[in-house]
Amino acid sequence: MGNLWNQFFQRPDYLAIAPEIVLTLFGLGILMIDFMLERRDKFLNAVTALLGLGFAAVKLLMWMFQSQTPSYSGFDGRFSLDTFAIFLKLVIVLATAIVVLISVKYLEVEQVHLGEYYALLLLSAVGMMFLASGTDLIVLFIALELMALCEYVLTGFLRGNRRSNEAAMKFFLLGAFSSGLLLYGMSLLYGFSGSTRLADIQAALAQRPRGDALVWVAMITLLAGLFFKIAAVPFHQWTPDAYEGAPTSITAFISVAPKVGSFAIFLRLLLVGLKPFDGQWQLLVIGVAIATMTLGNLAALSQTNIKRFFGYSTISHVGYLLLGVIAAADGNRDGLLAVLIYLFVYAFMNLGAFAVIILMRRKDIIGDELDDLSGLMARAPGMALLMLVYLLSLAGIPPTAGFIGKYFIFLSLIETGHYYLAVLGVAYAVVALYYYFRIVVAMFMKRAPDQVPLESSWGLTVALVVTLAVTVAIGVYPEPLIRLAQTAAVPLF
Amino acid sequence: MLAQSVFLILAVVALSSGVMVITRRNPVHSVIWLIVTLFSVGGIFLLQYAQFLFAVQIILYVGGIMVLYLFVIMLIRVETVAKQAPYSRQWAIGLGAVLVLACELMYGVYKGVESFHLGTPSRPPVDMNNTEAVAGVLYNNYMLPVEIASLLLLVAMVGAVLMAKKRFE
Amino acid sequence: MFNDAVQFVENYPLLVAAIKIVIVFLVLSGVVAYMVLAERKVLAFMQARLGPMRVGPWGLFQPAADGLKLLLKEDIIPAGADKFVFLIAPVISVVAAFTVFAVIPYGPSSALIITDLNVGLLFVVAVSSLGIYGIILGGWASNSHYPLLGSLRSAAQLVSYEIPAGMAIVGVLLVSNSLSLVKIVEAQQSSGLWNFFLQPLGFLIFLIAAVAETNRNPFDLPEAESELTAGFHTEYSGFRFALYFMAEYTSMVLVSALAVVLFWGGWLRPFASVAALDFLNYLPPVSLLMIAGVVFFFARRNPVPAEKWFLVAVAAGSAVLAGVVAVPVVITAVQPIFWFTAKVFALLYAFIWYRATFPRYRYDQLMNVGWRWLIPLALGNLIATACVLWWAGPNPGRLKLFFAMLAANLAVAIVVALLVGWRSPTAAAVEKQTGS
Repeated sequence: MGNLWNQFFQRPDYLAIAPEIVLTLFGLGILMIDFMLERRDKFLNAVTALLGLGFAAVKLLMWMFQSQTPSYSGFDGRFSLDTFAIFLKLVIVLATAIVVLISVKYLEVEQVHLGEYYALLLLSAVGMMFLASGTDLIVLFIALELMALCEYVLTGFLRGNRRSNEAAMKFFLLGAFSSGLLLYGMSLLYGFSGSTRLADIQAALAQRPRGDALVWVAMITLLAGLFFKIAAVPFHQWTPDAYEGAPTSITAFISVAPKVGSFAIFLRLLLVGLKPFDGQWQLLVIGVAIATMTLGNLAALSQTNIKRFFGYSTISHVGYLLLGVIAAADGNRDGLLAVLIYLFVYAFMNLGAFAVIILMRRKDIIGDELDDLSGLMARAPGMALLMLVYLLSLAGIPPTAGFIGKYFIFLSLIETGHYYLAVLGVAYAVVALYYYFRIVVAMFMKRAPDQVPLESSWGLTVALVVTLAVTVAIGVYPEPLIRLAQTAAVPLF
Repeated sequence: MLAQSVFLILAVVALSSGVMVITRRNPVHSVIWLIVTLFSVGGIFLLQYAQFLFAVQIILYVGGIMVLYLFVIMLIRVETVAKQAPYSRQWAIGLGAVLVLACELMYGVYKGVESFHLGTPSRPPVDMNNTEAVAGVLYNNYMLPVEIASLLLLVAMVGAVLMAKKRFE
Repeated sequence: MFNDAVQFVENYPLLVAAIKIVIVFLVLSGVVAYMVLAERKVLAFMQARLGPMRVGPWGLFQPAADGLKLLLKEDIIPAGADKFVFLIAPVISVVAAFTVFAVIPYGPSSALIITDLNVGLLFVVAVSSLGIYGIILGGWASNSHYPLLGSLRSAAQLVSYEIPAGMAIVGVLLVSNSLSLVKIVEAQQSSGLWNFFLQPLGFLIFLIAAVAETNRNPFDLPEAESELTAGFHTEYSGFRFALYFMAEYTSMVLVSALAVVLFWGGWLRPFASVAALDFLNYLPPVSLLMIAGVVFFFARRNPVPAEKWFLVAVAAGSAVLAGVVAVPVVITAVQPIFWFTAKVFALLYAFIWYRATFPRYRYDQLMNVGWRWLIPLALGNLIATACVLWWAGPNPGRLKLFFAMLAANLAVAIVVALLVGWRSPTAAAVEKQTGS
């Protein structure tokens, strides 16, 4: 029996997934503890969740700053703990922690303060973290579903709210459909190679002619499924509705963390599994990236609901991220570097902006229309200035973090000779500046619609401070982040 | 030879009952035909010496999921459903997608061995315990996906309870 | 001659299997028919009545009369019924109930085993889960309110109780290390310890779930007379009603046989390894002699001459049979069959006993028992069993395993009782209503 035990449970394997195990245990713990908490003590769930995330983050940071770069492949070659995975996992954990911070007050106002919320957040983060280090189609797919299933439930968390229900339903149906597409592509990849491991798939694909029709089919279905998950045009339709209907804290969550997880699987599949066909899928990604930037930026111009607005804004950011992937397809490491930096930076600035929006939700005031932000400068100058910083960063104006992200994207595009894409990206950055400034104009030049005071809370304050610090610090002194991202980019090249 | 003809019979039954599933107007009849389909697919598993898959197919799909289907269908008014048009307006698109997929499959089959990497079909001896073999692969090579899948199911359950609970207290 | 028989079996395996199937089917039908009579008689005795007395001595021919009556009755199909589904539903029930007997081992020799599937246990679970279709479809196809309600109830009930039953079976699986029913009995033989002693909690869970899955008292809500007239088979009459009736009693026999195979050592004699109890081997002829004696005693007091002579003939037959069975060769041959049947009958008697003893559950109580008690218990039992087996290592001592399992079972029962009973919703509701 002891022998059997060793056969099934290899210690190093389980040490390698320690952060995920910790988060899972804390998630399950919250489900249990929640039963024993009185209503006014529900914030303790958030504290528990933060504790779990803290432990996970500490473990990840320890790995990250080890003297030698950790690289471990376990679970029969289906799981890989490399710098790429650790970097993305850290982003996921930090983003989830900030979402937990901004949720406490919001859930109380919405009167749905339930332990399940935090448990699902943590389990969703677990799914994303497995996405970051899965090197096997089955692991990747199941992790993706774990992440997505939590999101569907969280999107429909306001059960009394029609829009929340509708959003969850749309999100769920389209998500299930896209999973089907993805799975179809995966089944073809398995057919080509007889293995679900990405390394084997790469080897099998390398032996096939470049114009192979079946590989094209596999690539198209696979990419279509992935484009759904990262909300790239033309598979973006669920985004604005889901963003609008979901609880605002969840909108913040699904606009950031799942993007990190989805880009993790996206990059691994394309840069490892489909590596031999990088010239082919690059064409597809170029087309989608242009469409995504165009639609995201132009549609954002006319939005009046701030959550929808951020939905389209997210789509446009996905377009920029895809530009980095295009450069990476040419074998340019700066392209991957740019994607990683952009993901990190985007997580903080977007969550910061959402923290301010959540502040507008008060008793009896929904606060998710553009007009609700009017006159913020007069009422709460600090908040208005914070929002200004986040918006500048989102638009990519120096000296904020957003600039660094865009800078590396354009740099990698120019290095690989995609000048027209770089020009297009800059042009749309100008458009983005215009629509982000619609919010600024409202905040600084319009009159406030109501006089109900804004109330911050400890969670929101901490979240705002952290996001502001990161956004500004990276804008001013990006060196450490760049170095971290550089080590993170190594395993995929 | 015998195996081949049994396979052909099972395949024909599976496909034709599959067609019956989508052409019946009465959803209860659709479910019954779906059960027939699942049974014939289970028979094909058995033909491949995959007794465990066969048993699981029957226990889970026929004995579990289909019962829940029936349970739900019995709660709706079958008469009104039967009067509605059997296909939604997107049937043309659906048909197109089916044709594309069929062409692709035929192409794959036509290209045959060279297009797909086919492992050598393994024929375990009849008395070999198939279930043990499945368990060995599942809990050795695919331990991690199994563990993540257990989390996935937990989340599905939590989500379902959350959505179905009458009110929050 | 013996060699000829072996030759025949080897040459025509399918034919031999078919013959075995026919024999099992016929015997089973007889058992089912007399099970109905036994139920009526036993219930009557428990309620200080006589039960059926008219047809034959003590109503012994009652099953035949009932069968004939049902066959001759008109087969009514209600207007508005879904004809096709209505017609096949009872057939599904019966077929599902009978099919499982193909994998039940009645004895150690290959003559007493129809087929030994290496996934036998899964096959049993799979096929017996099909029986529910007969009930659901029959209730739905009747196009009538009571049957529909009955079938909805039964769908919920069967699905709920299949889970603990399945998990209790997995406990047996862990202990015996095989899915083949024959191997499970052999494992009990070689370990010298019936699974009941290793899995008392598992047996209890299985028993309760089995009663619920056969829709028997106290879980007979799908056909609760006072609420739903006759439940899912309200609209059935004649032969099709007889099929449902048969299916119900067949599945009773089935779950009893399964319980015997899984927990009570199948065909094994009690304490087969204790030489001091070898006199138990003579129980088959002795019990036949006792039957002969009892029948003869009652025959003397029977006033109707024809019946009197019939009973005397039966008594004489039994006595002769006892003599045949007492022949040394025969007595070893009938051992497995005798013990298997005796155990099954004991469990079947328990089924009748419950019916006379327990009042019917309310619907919420039924769901409560299933989901809040049996499933946690079964889960805990599974975990505890796995842990004990892991702790004990390969080939543990018999007593060590027994006491470890007993301790684990008790621990599980106590922990689950504390956890579930700690603040049960019923108690909370009572608190709310009474304000205390």
